[in-house]
Amino acid sequence: MLAHLRISLLMLLVFTVITGVLYPLAVTGIAQAVFPRQANGSLIRQHGQVIGSALIGQPFSSPQYFWSRPSATTPFPDNSLASGGSNLGPTNPVLLQQVKARIAALHAADPSQHAPIPVDLVTASGSGLDPDISPAAALYQVPRIARLRHLSEQRVRALVARYTTLRQLGFLGEPRVNVLELNLALDAPGQQ
Amino acid sequence: MTANGYLQVGVFLLLVLALAKPMGWYMARIYEGKNAWLNRLGAPLERLIYRLGGVSSEHEMRWTEYAMAMLVFNFLGVLLLYAIQRLQGYLPLNPQQFGAVGADSAFNTATSFVTNTNWQGYSGETTMSYLTQMTGLAVQNFLSAATGLCVAVALIRGFARHTAATLGNFWADLTRSTLYILLPLSLLLAVVLVGQGVIQNFKPYQSVPLHDPVTYQQPLMNAQGNPLMNAAGDPVNRMVLQKNQLLPMGPVASQEAIKELGTNGGGFFNANSAHPFENPTPLSNFLEMLAVLLLPAALCFTFGEMAGDRRQGWAIFIAMTVLFVAFLGAALYAEQHGNPAFGKLGVDQTASALQAGGNMEGKETRFGIVDSTLFDTITTATSCGAVNSMLDSYTPLGGLMPLWLIQLGEMVFGGVGSGLYTMLAFAMLAVFIAGLMVGRTPEYLGKKIESYEMKTVSLIILITPLLVLVGTAVAVMTAAGRAGTLNPGAHGFSEILYAFSSAANNNGSAFAGLDAGSPFYNIALGIVMQIGRFWPAVATLALAGSLAAQKRVAAGLGTLPTHTPLFIALLVGTVLLVSALTYIPALALGPIAEQLAMSGIH
Repeated sequence: MLAHLRISLLMLLVFTVITGVLYPLAVTGIAQAVFPRQANGSLIRQHGQVIGSALIGQPFSSPQYFWSRPSATTPFPDNSLASGGSNLGPTNPVLLQQVKARIAALHAADPSQHAPIPVDLVTASGSGLDPDISPAAALYQVPRIARLRHLSEQRVRALVARYTTLRQLGFLGEPRVNVLELNLALDAPGQQ
Repeated sequence: MTANGYLQVGVFLLLVLALAKPMGWYMARIYEGKNAWLNRLGAPLERLIYRLGGVSSEHEMRWTEYAMAMLVFNFLGVLLLYAIQRLQGYLPLNPQQFGAVGADSAFNTATSFVTNTNWQGYSGETTMSYLTQMTGLAVQNFLSAATGLCVAVALIRGFARHTAATLGNFWADLTRSTLYILLPLSLLLAVVLVGQGVIQNFKPYQSVPLHDPVTYQQPLMNAQGNPLMNAAGDPVNRMVLQKNQLLPMGPVASQEAIKELGTNGGGFFNANSAHPFENPTPLSNFLEMLAVLLLPAALCFTFGEMAGDRRQGWAIFIAMTVLFVAFLGAALYAEQHGNPAFGKLGVDQTASALQAGGNMEGKETRFGIVDSTLFDTITTATSCGAVNSMLDSYTPLGGLMPLWLIQLGEMVFGGVGSGLYTMLAFAMLAVFIAGLMVGRTPEYLGKKIESYEMKTVSLIILITPLLVLVGTAVAVMTAAGRAGTLNPGAHGFSEILYAFSSAANNNGSAFAGLDAGSPFYNIALGIVMQIGRFWPAVATLALAGSLAAQKRVAAGLGTLPTHTPLFIALLVGTVLLVSALTYIPALALGPIAEQLAMSGIH
């Protein structure tokens, strides 16, 4: 028993050094040398200033921007210090109320849009920080954006197509549109 | 399901098979001490570890000594991890200056990571310092997985050896598991994950301006910290304009890799593998899924290799795969079907080239339905418990599948090591039942299954249902237990049942609406995790000791062959029968009741 205790303690310390110090340091060293952009958060810079991360969603609620997925984080949407989903069950009345409110908000922002609403635009994401919406959710918003920005729908649709990422390696995951990058492109000088 | 969905699942399963077989062979060589290249390369380091630890690696242990070494080592692991969490405020690598983790939460987390459960009652990005994550949590990710491997290998040796008193050396098995299996794979996976966008740094959190600032209501507080009320008794709010986001940073990739490979599942961040910094792309998701299944699947082949009959390993692998595919199919169907309540509101839930459709509440756009459901089915079939989509928001039938997979006993591939030893216990039960039918003494791999073996098998199989059902009953009967639920009605009951199933079977995933951070759940689940881990592990070692001591009996005419389709069907039937008899009453009160109610709405 006592012999086990001594060996246990020593082995625990040895493995803490190997797997808890040397291993993460080795990974950090390789990561910073080979993939510095990714290792530091895939940050987007404009004029030397960090203006976002390509991987972390931001809340967009002004009508002239493409809206992101709803986010259940508190106290404000896409709070990156409180990642998580709503955890509301499928039969919870609160979930139904929230979905109805999101539908109402979409209709209020564009009363002329009567198409069925893509489900990802009215349901909260798992992380609360989803950077993407589906191409369907982006196309649904095109008429509103085009009207408010005095652009042709065709031009906005082309922009959506340019910022659509197809399935990885041709078959993995789902096609998606990065909302922050798309909105940054909308605000770029050439688009006005 | 869509054609692309079938393609993704098919390619995935083929890759698991293609990688698991050579991996299983490699692991057998490592544990048998044969040349496998890496163990020649690492031999000086291995010898250095033994010298530093005062270990004589050639010393053969009886099962009692093997079990004692494992228990003492894991007990010290709990103490060290508890201490690191409580003292993190005084330790370095804490750029956000987090204080000590609360006592009950630190106990729960220490227990949880040492038992390979990795239940998260805390939110990583606002609780744990970088030092706690890497030298505390990540270390136990390695060591708990290595412990599972040790117990599984000891049981395999019980079959492989005959008239032997000993099962090998715990320290040697632990060191080799870590050094030659877990570490190299983790290093490789971590670097690839960084390439996909998983972060790996020690920087302070990064402030980022919001392109379209948002306003939100914040309740005003009085000096005592209570919400201010107006004359009508409503809380007084003020409008806050939020102009920025604070992005968490940290050494995530190194931890993410072993979190999956060791079927641990405790995320660096609260949102676990749904978080874009843990799982940024469909490819990172695919690799993480592969990493979770690799070692548990490979161990089937290690078993066949070391026990001297490869067909036995195949039989176990096929039985696991059959169960896995059946549960996955049901979950995928339910999730792609969506929420009937939304259909009436003019929401489009159909899958098309432009959207995933289905039940997207709690799921990420890049993963859609197929990658989300596949990930969560894999992590609940194994004891990983990582999630890339929120199980609490799954449809009732979609959530039933992960819950039931956990309740099967975590042996559909199962945890690293623990999956195989639990499945072998079920195989012995199946052989025993078949023996009763024809009235012969049952045998498995040339070892007689007699009274002592069946008692230990019963101890392994029955302890977790006892913990789950009694724990759930206590929680629903006490105010503290009921207070934790987020959702009303049958779904709230599912949250509690899920929590105890997850803890007792060392899975660690959750119907996360449950307020798992309360002292009641921290302590109750902590105790359940300890018993659920170490009781079956010690019983398995006792079983291994007894098997190793036996003579090998030659297979006769009356011996049931255990590599045939008949036996595989018998094994699958036994697994389903035991869990159905145990859990269907409880499941009827939770997900089944909710599914019926939801269909009623439709």
